Amino acid sequence: MAKVEKAKLPKPEEISNIDYHPPATDWMDTPTEFKPGTYCWGAKEKDLLTLGLPNPRQWSPADEDWKLPEGWETTILDGIAERLAKYRSFKIFMDICVRCGACADKCHFYIASGDPKNMPVLRAELIRSVYKKYFTKSGKFLGRLAGARELDEKVLKEWWSYFFQCTECRRCSVFCPYGIDQAEVTIIGRELLNLVGLNIDWIAGPVANCYMKGNHLGIEPHAFKGNIESMCDDIEDMTGIRVNPTFNRKGAEILFVTPSGDYLGEPGIYTCMGYLMLFHELGLDYTWSTYASEGGNFGFFTSNDMAKRLNSKIYAEAKRLGVKWIIGGECGHMWRVMNQYMDTWNGPADFLEVPVSPITGTRFENAKSTKMIHITEFTADLIKHNKIKLDPSRNDHLKVTYHDSCNPSRGMGLLEEPRYVLKAACNNFYEMPENTIREKTFCCGSGSGLNASENMEQRMRGGFPRANAVKYVQEKHGVNMLANICAVDRAAFPALMDYWCPGVGVAGTHELLANALVMKGEIPRVIDLRGEDLPGKGGNE
Amino acid sequence: MKALLSFLAVIVLILIATLGVDVANLHFLFGIIIPYLAFVLFVGGFVYRVIKWGRSPVPYRIPTTCGQQKSLPWIKQAKIENPTTVLGVIVRMALEIFFFRSLFRNTKTELRVGEDGPKLVHGSAKWLWFGSLVFHWSFLIIIVRHLRFFLEPVPYFVQLIDSIDGMLQIGLPPIYLTDAFFLCAVIYLFLRRLALPQVRYISLAADYFPLFIIMGIAISGILMRYFFRVDIVAVKELALGLVQLHPAIPEGIGVLFYIHLFLISTLFAYFPTSKLMHMGGIFLSPTRNMMSNNRMVRHINPWNHAVEVHSYAEYEDEFRDKMKKAGIPVEKE
Repeated sequence: MAKVEKAKLPKPEEISNIDYHPPATDWMDTPTEFKPGTYCWGAKEKDLLTLGLPNPRQWSPADEDWKLPEGWETTILDGIAERLAKYRSFKIFMDICVRCGACADKCHFYIASGDPKNMPVLRAELIRSVYKKYFTKSGKFLGRLAGARELDEKVLKEWWSYFFQCTECRRCSVFCPYGIDQAEVTIIGRELLNLVGLNIDWIAGPVANCYMKGNHLGIEPHAFKGNIESMCDDIEDMTGIRVNPTFNRKGAEILFVTPSGDYLGEPGIYTCMGYLMLFHELGLDYTWSTYASEGGNFGFFTSNDMAKRLNSKIYAEAKRLGVKWIIGGECGHMWRVMNQYMDTWNGPADFLEVPVSPITGTRFENAKSTKMIHITEFTADLIKHNKIKLDPSRNDHLKVTYHDSCNPSRGMGLLEEPRYVLKAACNNFYEMPENTIREKTFCCGSGSGLNASENMEQRMRGGFPRANAVKYVQEKHGVNMLANICAVDRAAFPALMDYWCPGVGVAGTHELLANALVMKGEIPRVIDLRGEDLPGKGGNE
Repeated sequence: MKALLSFLAVIVLILIATLGVDVANLHFLFGIIIPYLAFVLFVGGFVYRVIKWGRSPVPYRIPTTCGQQKSLPWIKQAKIENPTTVLGVIVRMALEIFFFRSLFRNTKTELRVGEDGPKLVHGSAKWLWFGSLVFHWSFLIIIVRHLRFFLEPVPYFVQLIDSIDGMLQIGLPPIYLTDAFFLCAVIYLFLRRLALPQVRYISLAADYFPLFIIMGIAISGILMRYFFRVDIVAVKELALGLVQLHPAIPEGIGVLFYIHLFLISTLFAYFPTSKLMHMGGIFLSPTRNMMSNNRMVRHINPWNHAVEVHSYAEYEDEFRDKMKKAGIPVEKE
């Protein structure tokens, strides 16, 4: 394999110097460039073996030879045929695009690269051109005139490059007059690539971990418990209160599932401490599971089958433990999966009950089939009913803005609940410009499994539109904290903020809530969840 | 290049009609056979394509949510942008189909590099929405107006639309507003494709061809009505004959009419094989025509096959000792 050199990250001035002029050559004649820093490593042999996925081998995208299996063209074309028969969305999206270009400057990767193949329309055209050649009469006879082209290795490499430059954020689909969803095309494109063993390491590794060990990070049960318990120690230092969560406990009322990013690494763990404190304060009868210890689902970035295989653990574990219903933590794509896929894949969850908050009595009719609610729905309901005591002045040193994660916005519509929680917990809250929030929110640039480190330039580019909107409120209102409800955000934003708008921190919504949460019998709070002094609260400032 | 090829293709079509009618005297072919054939291809092709789409299932309920979900009773749901009822979906689809709701959201992103660094500005951009709306509505009204050739007596609503469309009463015959709007809109759509480098870059011959053919239809129609008048009574006779299935070619209809008719026939025949099928596809687009009630009502995937999973029992077998040591309850001691 070719030796892969460590790429040097260009400076912000270089990255923001973007040339929007399309190349002189037609896109079909423009070769795909694999520039270090802008792509991820290839999936490892051992992970594909663990998962039983096709064509396991050691390979590198930097190599000339990708070691494709014999007859790969047939595999791909059969794969397209199969998916055309399985997904009306795919068929329609292949057929009806008029190339009006409304989606072009809606994509964060296009805005930040100027590469026309990052326009959603052209990204879809990469596969549409092959579809036309082999599945439509006009393409067969008219060829390039109809926008059709042959499938060859160059085309496959181009797919790999650009389908792993799409974060499946669905922003383009909001603006498309026919609702063509590039996420759907990318999902299917990645499924096809996986048929011949072309995944990325940052996805296949976590998927294999999750499959065998229960979570993306590969944290084993005893370590999982250890991590949570060390957070309990920190909580005790801060509040004087000992929180005692339970693990794999049968007969609990509620199963709590959150992404693994919440219990390893900063600032995710502070959000997790927030959950622990809130649940303790409420005296909630809930349990963690080490087997279903992952809310996120990188299988979703591999194939629908793989996503279903990982997702199955949640209902299976809820059934085994005999809980009544499920609360899910703060995570982005997790909630697209829980909201739009889980019940179809692994339901019906007829062994569970419609969620009823034991604190307020609110019956969550909106989740009467899946029996799973989002934690901000749960918490917003508590606040509305005055069931928790908050002292938002503990967050007074923060000027907070809120980033809508792509999936909860455009695959669910969870817009007001987190804002309600944040506004109750923080006195200083500012929105970013209207065209960059809610259903028009910009991706962090690292979603859909692209939050690796070897592709840092790509990530800093992809996150540029988001960061630029943060910078706007940083300059205008002095915003210094970017709140969110997504574990990938919490992992990806610190680097992005340091790069584009230094001085802005990153926090989960329940971290800020727990800062403000007044717990029964707590000692006076002089530090926040991060162990830093709370200004004006008598700490050692 | 792609635009030029498409333009030449339309010129060739015009030449074919001119030579066919004027030189070869194939009035029967161009006035009756080709229009019938085109109509059959259009209807047959359209139905075939829609059935083909319909035969693929919708395995997942994947609406693009563009507003607040229905959750807690005191949070206001966006009932149209994130619909949970049939009515909500109908209104959402109606807004999409009649008023191009999503295109109305369009923004234009500009990068401005100033002293304090790069700034992205996402401003409003409504021209594409406006141009498309004018184009499609004018087209529809023009088609409805043409019913006066195919129906006798002419229905009241056709007369009404006709008189509203001609209300300016300029010239004789009165100029139709939609003729002017339509021509402007189609030229705008064409120029936009040429002038914006990004849109030009993604454009295929298949994007220019329908624009030129539609331009040809509009121009030939306008020439016939305002400049080189054809025998309108004879045209109606031909049209009625076609509709009543005993077609005959009346004498003395000018060649301009046959060009007009041949371009329309080509457009009809071409329609089902092309991107123009967005007319049918928009109704079936799963991101727009589905309710967002995923957590309330289970969506069934007809091919929801079983997948291999890693069971709890297998997991416990691997980690039992570690779990026991950590005090985590296990099934088998």
